Amino acid sequence: MTQTMTMAKALNAGLRRALEADPKVLLAGEDIGKLGGVFRITEHLQRDFGPERVVDSPLAESGIVGTSLGLALRGYRPVVEIQFDGFVYPAFDQIVSQVSRMRFRSMGRLSVPMVIRIPYGGGIGAIEHHSESPEAYFAHTPGLVVVSPSTPLDAYWMIQQAIASDDPVIFLEPKRRYHEKGEVDLAEPPLALDAARVVLQGTDATLLTYGPMVKTCVEAAIAAQAEGRSLEVVDLRSLSPLDDAAIRASVEKTGRAIVVHEAVRSGGLGAEIAARIQETSFYSLEAPVLRVAAYDMPYPPSRVEMAYLPDLDRILDAVDRSLSH
Amino acid sequence: MVVMVTTSTNPDASETVVTPGGTRIERSEEFIQLLTPDGERVDDETFAYAHDDATIAANLRHMVLGRRFDTEATALQRKGELGLWPPSLGQEAAQVGSGAALGRLDEVFPSYREHSVALMCGVDPLDMLQTFRGTSMIDWDSRRARFHLYSFVIGTQALHATGYAMGLQRDGLVGNDDPDDNGAVLVYFGDGATSQGDVSEALVFAASYQAPVVFFVQNNQWAISEPIEVQSRIPLYRRAAGFGIPGLRVDGNDVLAVQAVTEWALDRARRGEGPALIEAFTYRMGAHTTSDDPTKYRRREEEAAWRAKDPIERVTTYLLGRGAIDQAWLDSLAEESEALGVRIREGVGQLPEPRLEDFWALTYASLPPGLAQQRDEYLAYEASFDEEPA
Repeated sequence: MTQTMTMAKALNAGLRRALEADPKVLLAGEDIGKLGGVFRITEHLQRDFGPERVVDSPLAESGIVGTSLGLALRGYRPVVEIQFDGFVYPAFDQIVSQVSRMRFRSMGRLSVPMVIRIPYGGGIGAIEHHSESPEAYFAHTPGLVVVSPSTPLDAYWMIQQAIASDDPVIFLEPKRRYHEKGEVDLAEPPLALDAARVVLQGTDATLLTYGPMVKTCVEAAIAAQAEGRSLEVVDLRSLSPLDDAAIRASVEKTGRAIVVHEAVRSGGLGAEIAARIQETSFYSLEAPVLRVAAYDMPYPPSRVEMAYLPDLDRILDAVDRSLSH
Repeated sequence: MVVMVTTSTNPDASETVVTPGGTRIERSEEFIQLLTPDGERVDDETFAYAHDDATIAANLRHMVLGRRFDTEATALQRKGELGLWPPSLGQEAAQVGSGAALGRLDEVFPSYREHSVALMCGVDPLDMLQTFRGTSMIDWDSRRARFHLYSFVIGTQALHATGYAMGLQRDGLVGNDDPDDNGAVLVYFGDGATSQGDVSEALVFAASYQAPVVFFVQNNQWAISEPIEVQSRIPLYRRAAGFGIPGLRVDGNDVLAVQAVTEWALDRARRGEGPALIEAFTYRMGAHTTSDDPTKYRRREEEAAWRAKDPIERVTTYLLGRGAIDQAWLDSLAEESEALGVRIREGVGQLPEPRLEDFWALTYASLPPGLAQQRDEYLAYEASFDEEPA
């Protein structure tokens, strides 16, 4: 049973299915009810499940996350929508000091099965605070699971797996891919939530990426084929925990690794991944691990964002540098 | 709906405070009072005390035991047995009066100073000391006790309480015909916490959804070294009006008035009539924590004036005058209190020493492979010290 749909529709369908499957699942966020969210991810869900289960929240991100924690303690499974990436910071304490460590603080007696959905990343011509990639803050926090789908298929299944998780999940939705279509198998999930996927097999170098950059990396790999280079593309899917085994298997096969993400370079996921690779696979490496990332500046005006973000050419440039060793 | 209740039995007790910067701030001390510091019962036109002397005596017992627990813990910190302790000395009536108002399905979200409420909810004092001794995180069963985890980031628990109350609404536990089928949430925080955004957001959410939550502010006049004037230019209970919910101020050292007002607020919350804010006007007789030194920022005269309003003495005077208790009753309570003190003193040294091994499994529902590897590396490293020398 396969359908073609956009990532936005796949998320909507996944949320609908979770609401149908478990009466304890509820959604909360700004404008998610009648409007269906500013990206329409929750369209018609309030109409079909009522305002008690699809809750229009006051405009207060800490309040949305903090009250959802209380609902989770009461046995609910809240799915919170943060309207844009740049608006998650007012909720930072509730996420990092409360939600993430309730299990630890309670000596394992309590859990917070909460999903925090965040549309993230740039490339859509937005004004400031609407194009951020905050994943490293959350991946640095023990107790949180951090994931990002890159396709409608993963969006449909990963949102349901995140809701079923007994750990709090930061669910990062690549907003520039919301309207791209893909095949979705509605029968069963293709992978576990914490598993990486080899999207494209290759032998010369490995591109390690996630979220919005998966498509860009695949395009780069296809372009490289024309020059006779065989690139492997690994979609990490889970940023915390990382699928170390999958990363290691691919890098030890190709001997070269390039991490690609939209987030700024310093202290980003690429740094952690590069460190792990040299710890486990030093003698398999033919070249230094490279990073293709945004530059270490605040997100710039949208007219220059395409120069700021990694793109096909910057990825291929890094491939050239890797292969020159 | 009553939006603000301003009944008062001491209407003259207000003054204007001029801050060092020259700002004039109204400092009203109007509040609801049913028992004076001299142990005299007084009537309030709105709030009557609905219970008999036996209930008041039970409250006295809780206050005495709560104070004993607190005094022992403070002493244990001085002896180096605890890393830190936040004393509750002087706030026993605010805590016991509100705790006595709790019903079968009600839940408590504390800050970190509600030691007397914890005891009333059945939390073992030795379990509580684990947190402050550093032998555990928070080691009581919050679901069984209906007394949730202490919260050390100021004001955060106001949101958790409000969310929990939203859960009670969805569970059909609000506004039922049978009052025994209804529940509400009582959340504690201090005057300093009223400046926190999370508290303001909690009041917005609670009002917006008419959630069954009672915000109980223990205004003990001091947020470490900062007096209440730094937090608010108006009496705290009047902030409630801005959120569209009732706000009341009660003599926080009067256990009768606190119980009556909290019962009123919890009752209407359980009936589905929405949240309320209670300001219990009290005083932190001790330090903020054992690391604090109040002599640096407040005067002895102020402490002495509040000592004369002690919450325990007035109840003892009243009950003795009524003949509801006698010296034998008090002696028996003193014995019980001493037994509690002995149990705490002897028990604290027996609390098991933790090992880092105990904590790996507490981060996630199941241990991720990478974290399991870190654990194994740690265990191997520790074991390397046990090996026989070659």
